[in-house]
Amino acid sequence: MTAEITTEKARIGAPSIAGFTEEGEGLVSAKVDHSHNHGVTVMASRAERLTSFNVADFALPTGREEEWRFSPVRGLANLLSDTATELDPEPATAFTVEAPEGYVRGTLAPGAAPRGTVLTPADRAAVVASANVDEALHLVIPAEAEPAEPLRILVHGAGAGRRSNAHFVIEAGANSRSVVIVEHTGAADHNGNLEVIVGEGAKLTVISVQLWEDDAKHLGQHDAEVGKDAVYKHIAVSLGGSIVRLNSNVRFSGEGAEAELLGLYFADAGQHLEHRSFVDHNVANCKSNVLYKGALQGKNAHTVWVGDVLIQKQALGTDSYEKNQNLVLTDGCRADSVPNLEIETGLIEGAGHASSTGRFDDEHLFYLMARGIPEEVARRLVVRGFLNEIIQQIKVAALEERLTEAVERELAATEN
Amino acid sequence: MSTLEIKDLHVSIDTEQGTKEILKGVSLTIRTGETHAIMGPNGSGKSTLASTIAGHPRYKVTGGTITLDGEDVLAMSVDERARAGLFLAMQYPVEVPGVTMTNFLRTAKTAIDGQAPALRTWTKDVKAAMQQLRIDADFAQRNVNEGFSGGEKKRVEILQLELFKPKFAVLDETDSGLDVDALKIVSEGVNRAHAEGNMGTMLITHYTRILRYIKPEFVHVFVDGQIVEEGGPELADRLEEEGYDRYATGAGAATIAAAAAAAQA
Repeated sequence: MTAEITTEKARIGAPSIAGFTEEGEGLVSAKVDHSHNHGVTVMASRAERLTSFNVADFALPTGREEEWRFSPVRGLANLLSDTATELDPEPATAFTVEAPEGYVRGTLAPGAAPRGTVLTPADRAAVVASANVDEALHLVIPAEAEPAEPLRILVHGAGAGRRSNAHFVIEAGANSRSVVIVEHTGAADHNGNLEVIVGEGAKLTVISVQLWEDDAKHLGQHDAEVGKDAVYKHIAVSLGGSIVRLNSNVRFSGEGAEAELLGLYFADAGQHLEHRSFVDHNVANCKSNVLYKGALQGKNAHTVWVGDVLIQKQALGTDSYEKNQNLVLTDGCRADSVPNLEIETGLIEGAGHASSTGRFDDEHLFYLMARGIPEEVARRLVVRGFLNEIIQQIKVAALEERLTEAVERELAATEN
Repeated sequence: MSTLEIKDLHVSIDTEQGTKEILKGVSLTIRTGETHAIMGPNGSGKSTLASTIAGHPRYKVTGGTITLDGEDVLAMSVDERARAGLFLAMQYPVEVPGVTMTNFLRTAKTAIDGQAPALRTWTKDVKAAMQQLRIDADFAQRNVNEGFSGGEKKRVEILQLELFKPKFAVLDETDSGLDVDALKIVSEGVNRAHAEGNMGTMLITHYTRILRYIKPEFVHVFVDGQIVEEGGPELADRLEEEGYDRYATGAGAATIAAAAAAAQA
């Protein structure tokens, strides 16, 4: 009897999200769903991943491929087909650019540099987007410029199921300081490529905000090349949409550069939010930090994070870290989290990875309620605190506020 | 003056082997200003009593009553109980991700008092209370209990006790896992809260050593879900010498019955 009671106590009191403090491969490998590996050929290195401008090089995914195995490919047929943007009766997506005069440098045809110098499509969605955009928006922040307001590209979908392709090229001139917000609202079947060149000594933050309506689908490849001593920050915020899958990739063109890939997502019932990041340490003495945090609630809420870091042989002095944390709020959710770290040299400052998926469970709730805090306040307190680590990185007050409100709305939806 | 009254309380839990009765008729009355020690061997149901008072959903009350100044505590939700003035210092405080201590303490204080505390005095109060309990100032910015050692978690429980000023505090094995220094610091905190004169205390413990620092007026011995003996502080001294062996089931059954009868007399 004594033994039994002891067990009971341990269950009641034990910190039930011990995973939050754990790090390292043991935990990660335990969380990888090995059964999904059947029939998949895993490549020896991320560097071997196919990239091409030729649509024919990418077969339609079946869902069994390594890079598609978590994605609901059946729901993506429209986005994966080699189809132009729908223009009738109006374009499937409307684009609005808010930027100081002279920053918009017209458009770039396929093959017109700098388009295609940084982003080579790495999957079927990116290649069909690339092939079907004749005119890519070209936005240039002049050298030394420090625009007072963030630049904005507003992408508004005209309706669910309507096919849209986009390609944006953003160049941050040497020693410039700027923030670019790409905001997605409305609904569409949207393929969006984003190509970013960060000049020497420049500081650029790109924030991709997915505030889509419930029936939108969005696939995207965001590639950046970061120059010597430059600092690049990419923040993906995905709250809306039925399927969102974003790849945020970065590599370097000079030493002393820093890249930070951040993400925040909140998946509701039936929503699939997938984020993949790839840091290619191809140059010595660069720094990278990856942090994605997500909350899940409701039946079949599904989130995926796959974080690849490759430290190439020549990338001596690299300092890199990647982490993913998920907070599961209700039963019936699924969070996949896969950090992959490849290191080809031992002469580095640091390389770490961590992944944890914790549950906001009855014990947390009991603890907070036992201090007089009502249930819904307790829930909000925990989620807001958890996601705030990313939101406060945005540093655009108006956007931070809007996103905080959007998260609150997501939470309010749990309570019914 | 407030009264917490527990009458003939029966509590069960669901286990894989079926329903199991843990508390088998517990009666106990605590008034403001009193300190009651509940002592007993592991598995006797002491912590179940504590968790039941706080309203943990795992414990099903199958009989009896708990009232606070005549109000039915069992009809209240967990947060209502806390706002009514009950505080449970937990044996295993839970780590809450994403919520800083500062934010948590202010939110709880606001909920308990029904209004936000005046920011200036509140910040000062928190700082002073933390200092007295030798809690590092940087804990304020850390997440609730996250990465705290066992001793730190217990001190943070007492910090809350001092800040929230409950009518009744239930301390569930607050002494377990504490070294002598920490035990002293924690006990001083309880004594400070008690000295304000508006609190009754139920001190649940397995060992007598905390009773060197916190002096109960009443000692209740808990065995197998029941109070088997009651007395003053001298009973604790006797337990220190003799342990709980004489309450062991089987041979001691007659003693228990006699002790229970004596206690009720």
